[in-house]
Amino acid sequence: MKRNNLIFALGAILILLAGFFAPSIVTNPFYFFAGYVIVQYIVIATGWNVLGGYAGYINFGAAAFFGSGVYLSAFLFNAFGLPLWVGIIGAAALGAILGLAMGYLTLQIQGVYFAIATLGLVIVLETIVHNLPGLGGARGMAVYGPAPPEWSGGPVQYVFFVILIIAVACVALARWIEHSWVGRGLRAVRASEDAAECSGVPTLKLKLVACSISGAMLAAAGAPYPFYTNFVEPVTAFSLLIGLNAIAMPLIGGTRSWAGPIIGAIILASAQQIATVTISSELNILFVGVVLIAFVALAPNGLLGLAKRKSAGTAQ
Amino acid sequence: MTTALSLRNIEKSFGVFKALGPVDLDLNPNERLGIIGPNGAGKTTLINCITGVLKPDNGTVHFMGKDISHLLPHERARLGIARSFQIPRPFIGMSVLENLLVPLDYKHNVHNKEQRALELLQSVGLHTRAQDPSGSLSQLELRKLELARALASDPKVLIADEAMAGLSDTEIDEVLDILMKLNESGVAIIMIEHIMHAVMRFSQRVVCFDTGQLIAAGTANEIANNETVQKVYFGEQTHH
Repeated sequence: MKRNNLIFALGAILILLAGFFAPSIVTNPFYFFAGYVIVQYIVIATGWNVLGGYAGYINFGAAAFFGSGVYLSAFLFNAFGLPLWVGIIGAAALGAILGLAMGYLTLQIQGVYFAIATLGLVIVLETIVHNLPGLGGARGMAVYGPAPPEWSGGPVQYVFFVILIIAVACVALARWIEHSWVGRGLRAVRASEDAAECSGVPTLKLKLVACSISGAMLAAAGAPYPFYTNFVEPVTAFSLLIGLNAIAMPLIGGTRSWAGPIIGAIILASAQQIATVTISSELNILFVGVVLIAFVALAPNGLLGLAKRKSAGTAQ
Repeated sequence: MTTALSLRNIEKSFGVFKALGPVDLDLNPNERLGIIGPNGAGKTTLINCITGVLKPDNGTVHFMGKDISHLLPHERARLGIARSFQIPRPFIGMSVLENLLVPLDYKHNVHNKEQRALELLQSVGLHTRAQDPSGSLSQLELRKLELARALASDPKVLIADEAMAGLSDTEIDEVLDILMKLNESGVAIIMIEHIMHAVMRFSQRVVCFDTGQLIAAGTANEIANNETVQKVYFGEQTHH
Protein backbone atom coordinates (compact mmCIF):
# COMPACT_ATOMS: atom_id res chain seq x y z
CA MET A 1 0.00 0.00 0.00
CA LYS A 2 2.77 2.44 0.97
CA ARG A 3 4.62 1.51 -2.20
CA ASN A 4 1.52 2.17 -4.29
CA ASN A 5 1.15 5.59 -2.67
CA LEU A 6 4.72 6.41 -3.63
CA ILE A 7 4.16 5.32 -7.23
CA PHE A 8 0.98 7.38 -7.37
CA ALA A 9 2.72 10.46 -5.96
CA LEU A 10 5.59 10.08 -8.44
CA GLY A 11 3.13 9.68 -11.30
CA ALA A 12 1.25 12.80 -10.21
CA ILE A 13 4.45 14.87 -10.06
CA LEU A 14 5.53 13.56 -13.47
CA ILE A 15 2.21 14.52 -15.02
CA LEU A 16 2.39 18.02 -13.54
CA LEU A 17 5.98 18.43 -14.78
CA ALA A 18 4.96 17.22 -18.22
CA GLY A 19 2.11 19.74 -18.23
CA PHE A 20 4.47 22.47 -17.13
CA PHE A 21 7.05 21.82 -19.82
CA ALA A 22 4.64 20.79 -22.58
CA PRO A 23 4.28 24.33 -24.07
CA SER A 24 8.01 24.46 -24.83
CA ILE A 25 7.81 21.16 -26.72
CA VAL A 26 4.35 21.17 -28.28
CA THR A 27 3.91 24.32 -30.35
CA ASN A 28 0.48 23.75 -31.88
CA PRO A 29 -2.02 25.35 -29.44
CA PHE A 30 -4.81 23.10 -30.71
CA TYR A 31 -3.48 20.26 -28.55
CA PHE A 32 -3.93 22.43 -25.49
CA PHE A 33 -7.44 23.40 -26.59
CA ALA A 34 -8.38 19.76 -27.02
CA GLY A 35 -6.36 18.60 -24.02
CA TYR A 36 -8.12 21.11 -21.78
CA VAL A 37 -11.50 19.54 -22.52
CA ILE A 38 -10.21 16.05 -21.87
CA VAL A 39 -8.61 16.97 -18.54
CA GLN A 40 -11.68 18.98 -17.56
CA TYR A 41 -13.72 15.84 -18.09
CA ILE A 42 -11.32 13.87 -15.92
CA VAL A 43 -12.19 16.28 -13.09
CA ILE A 44 -15.92 16.05 -13.82
CA ALA A 45 -15.92 12.26 -14.08
CA THR A 46 -13.84 11.92 -10.91
CA GLY A 47 -16.10 14.30 -9.01
CA TRP A 48 -19.24 12.53 -10.18
CA ASN A 49 -17.80 9.16 -9.24
CA VAL A 50 -17.23 10.09 -5.57
CA LEU A 51 -20.97 10.07 -5.08
CA GLY A 52 -22.25 8.10 -8.07
CA GLY A 53 -19.61 5.38 -8.10
CA TYR A 54 -18.57 4.89 -4.49
CA ALA A 55 -21.92 5.55 -2.82
CA GLY A 56 -24.13 4.57 -5.76
CA TYR A 57 -26.18 7.78 -5.79
CA ILE A 58 -26.76 8.79 -9.40
CA ASN A 59 -26.42 12.51 -10.00
CA PHE A 60 -28.01 13.66 -13.26
CA GLY A 61 -27.16 17.25 -12.53
CA ALA A 62 -23.39 17.49 -12.87
CA ALA A 63 -24.00 20.47 -15.17
CA ALA A 64 -25.65 22.39 -12.33
CA PHE A 65 -22.46 22.22 -10.29
CA PHE A 66 -20.19 22.77 -13.27
CA GLY A 67 -22.23 25.77 -14.43
CA SER A 68 -22.22 27.33 -10.96
CA GLY A 69 -18.45 27.05 -10.92
CA VAL A 70 -18.22 28.63 -14.36
CA TYR A 71 -20.44 31.54 -13.44
CA LEU A 72 -19.00 32.14 -10.00
CA SER A 73 -15.43 32.42 -11.23
CA ALA A 74 -16.52 34.57 -14.21
CA PHE A 75 -18.50 36.82 -11.89
CA LEU A 76 -15.75 37.10 -9.27
CA PHE A 77 -13.30 38.14 -11.97
CA ASN A 78 -15.53 40.53 -13.88
CA ALA A 79 -17.02 42.21 -10.84
CA PHE A 80 -14.07 42.32 -8.45
CA GLY A 81 -11.06 41.40 -10.58
CA LEU A 82 -10.35 38.46 -8.31
CA PRO A 83 -7.71 36.06 -9.66
CA LEU A 84 -8.46 32.58 -10.97
CA TRP A 85 -7.30 30.72 -7.89
CA VAL A 86 -9.85 32.59 -5.78
CA GLY A 87 -12.46 31.63 -8.38
CA ILE A 88 -11.47 27.97 -8.10
CA ILE A 89 -11.64 27.92 -4.30
CA GLY A 90 -14.87 29.92 -4.36
CA ALA A 91 -16.37 27.54 -6.91
CA ALA A 92 -15.37 24.51 -4.85
CA ALA A 93 -16.95 26.06 -1.76
CA LEU A 94 -20.14 26.91 -3.66
CA GLY A 95 -20.27 23.39 -5.11
CA ALA A 96 -19.82 21.89 -1.66
CA ILE A 97 -22.64 24.00 -0.25
CA LEU A 98 -24.94 23.18 -3.18
CA GLY A 99 -24.14 19.49 -2.79
CA LEU A 100 -24.75 19.60 0.93
CA ALA A 101 -28.03 21.47 0.56
CA MET A 102 -29.32 19.20 -2.16
CA GLY A 103 -28.21 16.11 -0.28
CA TYR A 104 -29.81 17.30 2.91
CA LEU A 105 -33.11 17.98 1.18
CA THR A 106 -33.32 14.72 -0.73
CA LEU A 107 -31.06 12.02 0.69
CA GLN A 108 -33.15 11.49 3.78
CA ILE A 109 -35.93 10.15 1.61
CA GLN A 110 -34.50 7.85 -1.02
CA GLY A 111 -32.03 7.54 -3.86
CA VAL A 112 -34.48 8.05 -6.67
CA TYR A 113 -35.64 11.40 -5.32
CA PHE A 114 -32.06 12.51 -5.20
CA ALA A 115 -31.65 11.70 -8.90
CA ILE A 116 -34.81 13.63 -9.78
CA ALA A 117 -33.79 16.62 -7.68
CA THR A 118 -30.37 16.80 -9.36
CA LEU A 119 -32.08 16.99 -12.73
CA GLY A 120 -34.30 19.79 -11.46
CA LEU A 121 -31.34 21.71 -10.06
CA VAL A 122 -29.83 22.14 -13.54
CA ILE A 123 -33.03 23.66 -14.86
CA VAL A 124 -33.51 25.88 -11.83
CA LEU A 125 -29.97 27.27 -11.92
CA GLU A 126 -29.97 27.74 -15.68
CA THR A 127 -33.25 29.64 -15.45
CA ILE A 128 -31.89 31.83 -12.66
CA VAL A 129 -28.77 32.68 -14.67
CA HIS A 130 -30.89 33.34 -17.77
CA ASN A 131 -32.80 35.96 -15.83
CA LEU A 132 -29.99 37.69 -13.97
CA PRO A 133 -28.78 40.72 -15.89
CA GLY A 134 -25.75 40.89 -13.58
CA LEU A 135 -24.59 37.56 -15.04
CA GLY A 136 -25.28 38.54 -18.61
CA GLY A 137 -28.62 36.74 -18.88
CA ALA A 138 -29.21 34.76 -22.06
CA ARG A 139 -26.73 36.91 -23.98
CA GLY A 140 -23.89 35.63 -21.89
CA MET A 141 -20.88 37.47 -20.61
CA ALA A 142 -17.41 38.05 -22.00
CA VAL A 143 -14.49 37.33 -19.69
CA TYR A 144 -11.21 38.91 -20.68
CA GLY A 145 -8.78 37.31 -18.32
CA PRO A 146 -5.49 38.89 -17.35
CA ALA A 147 -2.38 38.16 -19.41
CA PRO A 148 -1.13 34.71 -18.45
CA PRO A 149 2.16 34.43 -16.55
CA GLU A 150 5.21 34.45 -18.78
CA TRP A 151 6.34 30.91 -17.96
CA SER A 152 3.03 29.48 -19.16
CA GLY A 153 3.61 29.99 -22.89
CA GLY A 154 0.15 31.47 -23.62
CA PRO A 155 -3.41 31.73 -22.32
CA VAL A 156 -4.53 28.29 -23.50
CA GLN A 157 -1.39 26.65 -22.23
CA TYR A 158 -1.94 28.39 -18.90
CA VAL A 159 -5.54 27.26 -18.33
CA PHE A 160 -4.53 23.78 -19.46
CA PHE A 161 -1.90 23.67 -16.72
CA VAL A 162 -4.42 25.02 -14.17
CA ILE A 163 -7.03 22.36 -14.98
CA LEU A 164 -4.27 19.75 -14.85
CA ILE A 165 -3.44 20.79 -11.27
CA ILE A 166 -7.14 20.59 -10.35
CA ALA A 167 -7.36 17.14 -11.95
CA VAL A 168 -4.35 15.80 -10.07
CA ALA A 169 -5.69 17.17 -6.78
CA CYS A 170 -9.17 15.72 -7.37
CA VAL A 171 -7.88 12.30 -8.42
CA ALA A 172 -5.58 12.19 -5.39
CA LEU A 173 -8.50 13.05 -3.10
CA ALA A 174 -10.78 10.49 -4.79
CA ARG A 175 -8.08 7.84 -4.44
CA TRP A 176 -7.64 8.64 -0.76
CA ILE A 177 -11.38 8.41 -0.21
CA GLU A 178 -11.52 5.09 -2.01
CA HIS A 179 -8.82 3.49 0.12
CA SER A 180 -9.86 5.00 3.45
CA TRP A 181 -12.62 4.29 5.93
CA VAL A 182 -14.72 6.91 4.14
CA GLY A 183 -14.67 4.92 0.91
CA ARG A 184 -15.33 1.66 2.71
CA GLY A 185 -18.32 3.23 4.41
CA LEU A 186 -19.61 4.60 1.09
CA ARG A 187 -19.29 1.21 -0.58
CA ALA A 188 -21.18 -0.31 2.34
CA VAL A 189 -23.90 2.30 1.74
CA ARG A 190 -23.99 1.34 -1.92
CA ALA A 191 -24.32 -2.36 -1.06
CA SER A 192 -26.96 -2.00 1.68
CA GLU A 193 -27.81 1.13 3.61
CA ASP A 194 -29.62 -0.72 6.37
CA ALA A 195 -26.78 -3.14 6.92
CA ALA A 196 -24.28 -0.28 6.88
CA GLU A 197 -26.29 1.70 9.41
CA CYS A 198 -26.63 -1.35 11.66
CA SER A 199 -22.86 -1.84 11.44
CA GLY A 200 -22.34 1.57 13.00
CA VAL A 201 -21.86 3.56 9.78
CA PRO A 202 -23.45 7.03 10.01
CA THR A 203 -24.89 6.69 6.51
CA LEU A 204 -26.59 10.08 6.21
CA LYS A 205 -23.52 11.97 7.38
CA LEU A 206 -21.33 9.99 5.02
CA LYS A 207 -23.61 10.58 2.05
CA LEU A 208 -23.64 14.31 2.80
CA VAL A 209 -19.84 14.34 2.92
CA ALA A 210 -19.73 12.54 -0.45
CA CYS A 211 -22.30 14.97 -1.85
CA SER A 212 -20.30 18.03 -0.89
CA ILE A 213 -16.94 16.64 -2.03
CA SER A 214 -18.48 15.60 -5.32
CA GLY A 215 -20.18 18.97 -5.71
CA ALA A 216 -16.94 20.81 -4.91
CA MET A 217 -15.02 18.88 -7.56
CA LEU A 218 -17.69 19.36 -10.22
CA ALA A 219 -17.84 23.09 -9.56
CA ALA A 220 -14.06 23.46 -9.43
CA ALA A 221 -13.95 21.84 -12.88
CA GLY A 222 -15.97 24.78 -14.18
CA ALA A 223 -13.94 27.57 -12.57
CA PRO A 224 -11.18 27.92 -15.23
CA TYR A 225 -13.68 27.52 -18.09
CA PRO A 226 -14.43 31.27 -18.56
CA PHE A 227 -10.71 31.86 -19.04
CA TYR A 228 -10.57 29.04 -21.57
CA THR A 229 -13.43 30.29 -23.77
CA ASN A 230 -13.33 34.00 -22.76
CA PHE A 231 -17.10 33.87 -22.95
CA VAL A 232 -19.79 32.24 -20.86
CA GLU A 233 -23.46 31.74 -21.58
CA PRO A 234 -26.04 29.62 -19.80
CA VAL A 235 -26.77 27.02 -22.47
CA THR A 236 -23.21 25.70 -22.72
CA ALA A 237 -22.39 26.16 -19.03
CA PHE A 238 -25.41 24.06 -18.01
CA SER A 239 -25.28 21.80 -21.06
CA LEU A 240 -26.96 18.42 -21.15
CA LEU A 241 -23.75 16.98 -22.60
CA ILE A 242 -21.85 17.69 -19.37
CA GLY A 243 -24.33 15.79 -17.23
CA LEU A 244 -24.40 12.95 -19.74
CA ASN A 245 -20.61 12.72 -19.99
CA ALA A 246 -20.27 12.85 -16.19
CA ILE A 247 -22.30 9.63 -15.99
CA ALA A 248 -21.02 7.95 -19.13
CA MET A 249 -17.30 8.35 -18.46
CA PRO A 250 -17.13 6.61 -15.05
CA LEU A 251 -19.50 3.91 -16.34
CA ILE A 252 -17.26 3.25 -19.32
CA GLY A 253 -14.05 3.18 -17.29
CA GLY A 254 -15.44 1.52 -14.16
CA THR A 255 -17.06 3.16 -11.15
CA ARG A 256 -15.40 1.21 -8.36
CA SER A 257 -11.92 2.60 -8.77
CA TRP A 258 -10.38 6.07 -9.11
CA ALA A 259 -8.74 4.99 -12.37
CA GLY A 260 -12.09 4.21 -14.00
CA PRO A 261 -13.29 7.80 -14.49
CA ILE A 262 -9.86 8.78 -15.86
CA ILE A 263 -9.90 5.98 -18.42
CA GLY A 264 -13.49 6.74 -19.40
CA ALA A 265 -12.86 10.48 -19.66
CA ILE A 266 -9.76 10.04 -21.81
CA ILE A 267 -11.46 7.61 -24.17
CA LEU A 268 -14.79 9.38 -24.51
CA ALA A 269 -13.50 12.97 -24.50
CA SER A 270 -10.78 12.14 -27.03
CA ALA A 271 -13.29 10.41 -29.27
CA GLN A 272 -15.57 13.46 -28.99
CA GLN A 273 -12.73 15.81 -29.84
CA ILE A 274 -11.84 13.74 -32.89
CA ALA A 275 -15.50 13.49 -33.92
CA THR A 276 -15.90 17.25 -33.54
CA VAL A 277 -12.98 17.95 -35.85
CA THR A 278 -13.54 15.21 -38.41
CA ILE A 279 -17.29 14.62 -38.54
CA SER A 280 -19.57 17.07 -36.78
CA SER A 281 -19.96 18.53 -33.35
CA GLU A 282 -23.65 17.68 -33.45
CA LEU A 283 -22.88 13.98 -33.56
CA ASN A 284 -21.25 14.22 -30.13
CA ILE A 285 -24.36 13.60 -28.08
CA LEU A 286 -25.49 10.77 -30.34
CA PHE A 287 -22.07 9.20 -29.95
CA VAL A 288 -22.12 9.39 -26.14
CA GLY A 289 -25.64 7.99 -26.07
CA VAL A 290 -24.75 4.98 -28.19
CA VAL A 291 -21.57 4.24 -26.22
CA LEU A 292 -23.45 4.61 -22.93
CA ILE A 293 -26.18 2.18 -23.98
CA ALA A 294 -23.59 -0.29 -25.23
CA PHE A 295 -21.70 -0.24 -21.94
CA VAL A 296 -24.74 -0.42 -19.70
CA ALA A 297 -25.91 -3.44 -21.69
CA LEU A 298 -22.63 -5.24 -22.28
CA ALA A 299 -20.18 -4.16 -19.59
CA PRO A 300 -22.02 -2.68 -16.59
CA ASN A 301 -18.81 -2.66 -14.56
CA GLY A 302 -16.88 -0.72 -17.17
CA LEU A 303 -13.57 -1.49 -18.82
CA LEU A 304 -11.88 -2.12 -15.46
CA GLY A 305 -14.63 -4.59 -14.60
CA LEU A 306 -14.12 -6.33 -17.95
CA ALA A 307 -10.37 -6.53 -17.40
CA LYS A 308 -10.89 -7.91 -13.91
CA ARG A 309 -13.34 -10.52 -15.15
CA LYS A 310 -10.94 -11.55 -17.87
CA SER A 311 -7.99 -11.97 -15.50
CA ALA A 312 -10.19 -13.88 -13.04
CA GLY A 313 -11.32 -16.09 -15.92
CA THR A 314 -7.79 -16.97 -16.97
CA ALA A 315 -6.74 -17.60 -13.37
CA GLN A 316 -9.33 -20.30 -12.88
CA MET B 1 -30.52 -5.70 38.19
CA THR B 2 -30.35 -3.52 35.06
CA THR B 3 -31.96 -5.15 32.08
CA ALA B 4 -30.05 -5.38 28.82
CA LEU B 5 -33.07 -4.19 26.91
CA SER B 6 -36.31 -2.84 28.19
CA LEU B 7 -39.20 -2.00 25.86
CA ARG B 8 -42.20 -0.16 27.21
CA ASN B 9 -45.44 0.45 25.40
CA ILE B 10 -43.90 0.15 21.92
CA GLU B 11 -46.41 0.72 19.12
CA LYS B 12 -45.97 0.97 15.37
CA SER B 13 -48.52 1.43 12.61
CA PHE B 14 -48.06 1.59 8.87
CA GLY B 15 -50.93 3.78 7.72
CA VAL B 16 -54.10 2.26 9.14
CA PHE B 17 -52.43 -1.12 9.67
CA LYS B 18 -51.26 -1.58 13.22
CA ALA B 19 -48.19 -3.78 12.90
CA LEU B 20 -47.10 -3.83 16.49
CA GLY B 21 -48.09 -3.15 20.02
CA PRO B 22 -48.47 -1.96 22.53
CA VAL B 23 -45.62 -4.25 23.63
CA ASP B 24 -43.65 -4.48 26.86
CA LEU B 25 -40.62 -6.71 26.78
CA ASP B 26 -37.45 -7.11 28.85
CA LEU B 27 -34.23 -8.86 28.01
CA ASN B 28 -31.84 -9.74 30.79
CA PRO B 29 -28.08 -9.53 30.38
CA ASN B 30 -26.71 -12.74 28.90
CA GLU B 31 -30.18 -14.17 28.34
CA ARG B 32 -31.19 -16.32 25.38
CA LEU B 33 -34.62 -15.17 24.29
CA GLY B 34 -36.55 -16.77 21.48
CA ILE B 35 -39.25 -14.87 19.60
CA ILE B 36 -41.73 -16.90 17.58
CA GLY B 37 -44.91 -16.10 15.76
CA PRO B 38 -46.45 -16.52 12.34
CA ASN B 39 -45.52 -14.31 9.39
CA GLY B 40 -46.82 -10.79 9.85
CA ALA B 41 -46.90 -11.13 13.64
CA GLY B 42 -44.70 -8.06 14.01
CA LYS B 43 -41.40 -9.73 14.86
CA THR B 44 -39.29 -7.90 12.32
CA THR B 45 -41.08 -4.62 13.09
CA LEU B 46 -40.14 -5.18 16.73
CA ILE B 47 -36.47 -5.64 15.84
CA ASN B 48 -36.55 -2.59 13.64
CA CYS B 49 -37.89 -0.60 16.58
CA ILE B 50 -35.11 -1.93 18.81
CA THR B 51 -32.32 -1.24 16.32
CA GLY B 52 -33.76 2.14 15.38
CA VAL B 53 -34.38 1.39 11.71
CA LEU B 54 -38.03 2.23 12.41
CA LYS B 55 -39.20 4.90 14.76
CA PRO B 56 -42.03 3.58 16.93
CA ASP B 57 -45.13 5.78 17.12
CA ASN B 58 -45.12 5.36 20.86
CA GLY B 59 -43.11 3.95 23.73
CA THR B 60 -39.51 3.84 24.90
CA VAL B 61 -36.48 1.61 24.45
CA HIS B 62 -33.90 1.38 27.23
CA PHE B 63 -30.53 -0.27 26.72
CA MET B 64 -28.49 -1.11 29.83
CA GLY B 65 -30.58 1.36 31.78
CA LYS B 66 -30.13 4.17 29.26
CA ASP B 67 -32.97 5.64 27.21
CA ILE B 68 -31.99 5.13 23.57
CA SER B 69 -35.37 5.92 22.04
CA HIS B 70 -34.01 8.96 20.20
CA LEU B 71 -30.74 7.46 18.96
CA LEU B 72 -30.11 6.68 15.30
CA PRO B 73 -29.45 3.07 14.25
CA HIS B 74 -25.70 3.53 13.89
CA GLU B 75 -25.51 5.08 17.35
CA ARG B 76 -27.38 2.11 18.83
CA ALA B 77 -25.09 -0.25 16.93
CA ARG B 78 -22.03 1.42 18.40
CA LEU B 79 -23.50 1.18 21.90
CA GLY B 80 -23.74 -2.58 21.51
CA ILE B 81 -26.95 -3.61 19.77
CA ALA B 82 -26.11 -5.79 16.80
CA ARG B 83 -28.33 -7.60 14.34
CA SER B 84 -28.13 -10.00 11.49
CA PHE B 85 -30.59 -9.71 8.63
CA GLN B 86 -33.26 -12.18 7.61
CA ILE B 87 -31.99 -12.06 4.05
CA PRO B 88 -28.20 -11.77 4.29
CA ARG B 89 -26.98 -8.36 3.20
CA PRO B 90 -23.28 -8.69 2.57
CA PHE B 91 -21.42 -5.63 1.35
CA ILE B 92 -21.16 -6.86 -2.23
CA GLY B 93 -18.12 -5.58 -4.06
CA MET B 94 -15.93 -6.06 -1.02
CA SER B 95 -13.94 -9.02 0.19
CA VAL B 96 -15.11 -11.01 3.20
CA LEU B 97 -12.40 -9.36 5.29
CA GLU B 98 -13.42 -5.86 4.19
CA ASN B 99 -17.01 -6.63 5.17
CA LEU B 100 -15.77 -6.85 8.74
CA LEU B 101 -13.51 -3.83 8.46
CA VAL B 102 -16.59 -1.62 7.90
CA PRO B 103 -17.96 -1.95 11.45
CA LEU B 104 -14.44 -1.86 12.88
CA ASP B 105 -13.69 1.37 10.97
CA TYR B 106 -16.60 3.11 12.62
CA LYS B 107 -15.99 1.87 16.13
CA HIS B 108 -13.73 3.91 18.34
CA ASN B 109 -10.49 2.61 19.81
CA VAL B 110 -9.98 -0.41 17.61
CA HIS B 111 -6.31 -1.13 17.07
CA ASN B 112 -5.04 -3.55 14.48
CA LYS B 113 -8.35 -3.86 12.65
CA GLU B 114 -7.25 -6.57 10.23
CA GLN B 115 -6.09 -8.78 13.08
CA ARG B 116 -9.41 -8.32 14.85
CA ALA B 117 -11.36 -8.98 11.64
CA LEU B 118 -9.44 -12.22 11.10
CA GLU B 119 -10.15 -13.32 14.67
CA LEU B 120 -13.84 -12.70 14.12
CA LEU B 121 -13.78 -14.71 10.91
CA GLN B 122 -11.97 -17.49 12.73
CA SER B 123 -14.64 -17.53 15.43
CA VAL B 124 -17.32 -18.33 12.85
CA GLY B 125 -15.05 -20.50 10.72
CA LEU B 126 -14.77 -18.20 7.72
CA HIS B 127 -11.07 -17.30 7.96
CA THR B 128 -10.14 -19.34 4.89
CA ARG B 129 -12.43 -17.17 2.76
CA ALA B 130 -11.09 -13.84 4.07
CA GLN B 131 -9.81 -12.59 0.72
CA ASP B 132 -12.67 -13.90 -1.42
CA PRO B 133 -15.36 -11.58 -2.73
CA SER B 134 -18.38 -11.67 -0.45
CA GLY B 135 -20.59 -12.31 -3.48
CA SER B 136 -19.05 -15.76 -3.89
CA LEU B 137 -20.15 -17.14 -0.51
CA SER B 138 -22.61 -20.00 -0.03
CA GLN B 139 -25.84 -19.50 1.91
CA LEU B 140 -24.32 -20.91 5.13
CA GLU B 141 -21.20 -18.80 4.70
CA LEU B 142 -23.34 -15.70 4.17
CA ARG B 143 -25.15 -16.43 7.44
CA LYS B 144 -21.82 -16.75 9.18
CA LEU B 145 -20.61 -13.52 7.64
CA GLU B 146 -23.76 -11.79 8.90
CA LEU B 147 -23.01 -13.04 12.41
CA ALA B 148 -19.31 -12.14 12.26
CA ARG B 149 -20.15 -8.65 11.05
CA ALA B 150 -22.68 -8.22 13.83
CA LEU B 151 -20.05 -9.29 16.35
CA ALA B 152 -17.47 -6.83 15.10
CA SER B 153 -19.06 -4.09 17.16
CA ASP B 154 -18.57 -6.12 20.39
CA PRO B 155 -22.30 -6.20 21.04
CA LYS B 156 -23.96 -6.80 24.39
CA VAL B 157 -27.14 -7.77 22.59
CA LEU B 158 -27.29 -9.71 19.35
CA ILE B 159 -30.52 -10.04 17.42
CA ALA B 160 -30.45 -12.97 15.03
CA ASP B 161 -33.32 -12.51 12.59
CA GLU B 162 -33.99 -15.92 11.06
CA ALA B 163 -30.29 -16.64 10.92
CA MET B 164 -31.00 -20.26 10.04
CA ALA B 165 -33.69 -20.00 7.39
CA GLY B 166 -32.94 -22.24 4.45
CA LEU B 167 -30.13 -24.16 6.11
CA SER B 168 -29.80 -27.92 6.45
CA ASP B 169 -29.94 -29.61 9.88
CA THR B 170 -26.17 -29.92 10.23
CA GLU B 171 -25.77 -26.31 9.15
CA ILE B 172 -28.38 -25.27 11.73
CA ASP B 173 -26.34 -27.08 14.38
CA GLU B 174 -23.28 -25.21 13.26
CA VAL B 175 -24.97 -21.81 13.58
CA LEU B 176 -26.50 -22.80 16.94
CA ASP B 177 -23.03 -23.73 18.15
CA ILE B 178 -21.69 -20.32 17.19
CA LEU B 179 -24.56 -18.56 18.94
CA MET B 180 -24.15 -20.73 22.06
CA LYS B 181 -20.46 -19.89 22.28
CA LEU B 182 -21.25 -16.23 21.90
CA ASN B 183 -23.80 -16.41 24.64
CA GLU B 184 -21.22 -18.06 26.89
CA SER B 185 -18.90 -15.12 26.24
CA GLY B 186 -21.54 -12.81 27.72
CA VAL B 187 -23.73 -11.69 24.81
CA ALA B 188 -27.49 -11.66 25.30
CA ILE B 189 -29.18 -13.11 22.23
CA ILE B 190 -32.62 -12.60 20.76
CA MET B 191 -33.40 -15.33 18.29
CA ILE B 192 -36.22 -14.84 15.85
CA GLU B 193 -36.90 -18.10 14.15
CA HIS B 194 -39.44 -20.24 12.38
CA ILE B 195 -37.40 -23.41 12.86
CA MET B 196 -39.09 -24.57 16.07
CA HIS B 197 -36.69 -27.28 17.19
CA ALA B 198 -33.81 -24.82 16.94
CA VAL B 199 -35.44 -21.97 18.81
CA MET B 200 -36.89 -24.29 21.47
CA ARG B 201 -33.51 -25.95 22.04
CA PHE B 202 -31.66 -22.67 22.16
CA SER B 203 -33.86 -20.35 24.20
CA GLN B 204 -34.10 -20.05 27.96
CA ARG B 205 -37.30 -18.09 27.49
CA VAL B 206 -39.64 -17.92 24.52
CA VAL B 207 -42.22 -15.28 23.70
CA CYS B 208 -44.87 -15.65 21.02
CA PHE B 209 -46.29 -12.83 18.93
CA ASP B 210 -49.45 -12.71 16.90
CA THR B 211 -50.93 -9.75 15.02
CA GLY B 212 -48.56 -7.38 16.73
CA GLN B 213 -49.32 -8.54 20.25
CA LEU B 214 -47.28 -10.56 22.71
CA ILE B 215 -49.66 -13.47 23.37
CA ALA B 216 -47.58 -15.85 25.46
CA ALA B 217 -44.29 -16.07 27.34
CA GLY B 218 -42.55 -18.86 29.18
CA THR B 219 -39.98 -21.62 28.91
CA ALA B 220 -39.72 -23.58 25.68
CA ASN B 221 -41.86 -26.36 27.15
CA GLU B 222 -44.53 -24.07 28.45
CA ILE B 223 -44.80 -22.32 25.09
CA ALA B 224 -44.90 -25.59 23.17
CA ASN B 225 -47.86 -26.71 25.28
CA ASN B 226 -49.59 -23.35 25.41
CA GLU B 227 -53.05 -23.57 23.89
CA THR B 228 -53.09 -20.03 22.50
CA VAL B 229 -49.77 -20.62 20.78
CA GLN B 230 -51.00 -23.87 19.30
CA LYS B 231 -54.12 -22.14 18.05
CA VAL B 232 -52.04 -19.45 16.36
CA TYR B 233 -49.81 -21.98 14.68
CA PHE B 234 -52.15 -24.83 13.89
CA GLY B 235 -55.56 -23.14 13.90
CA GLU B 236 -58.63 -24.32 15.82
CA GLN B 237 -58.49 -28.05 16.30
CA THR B 238 -61.96 -28.54 17.80
CA HIS B 239 -63.52 -29.86 14.60
CA HIS B 240 -61.75 -33.21 14.87
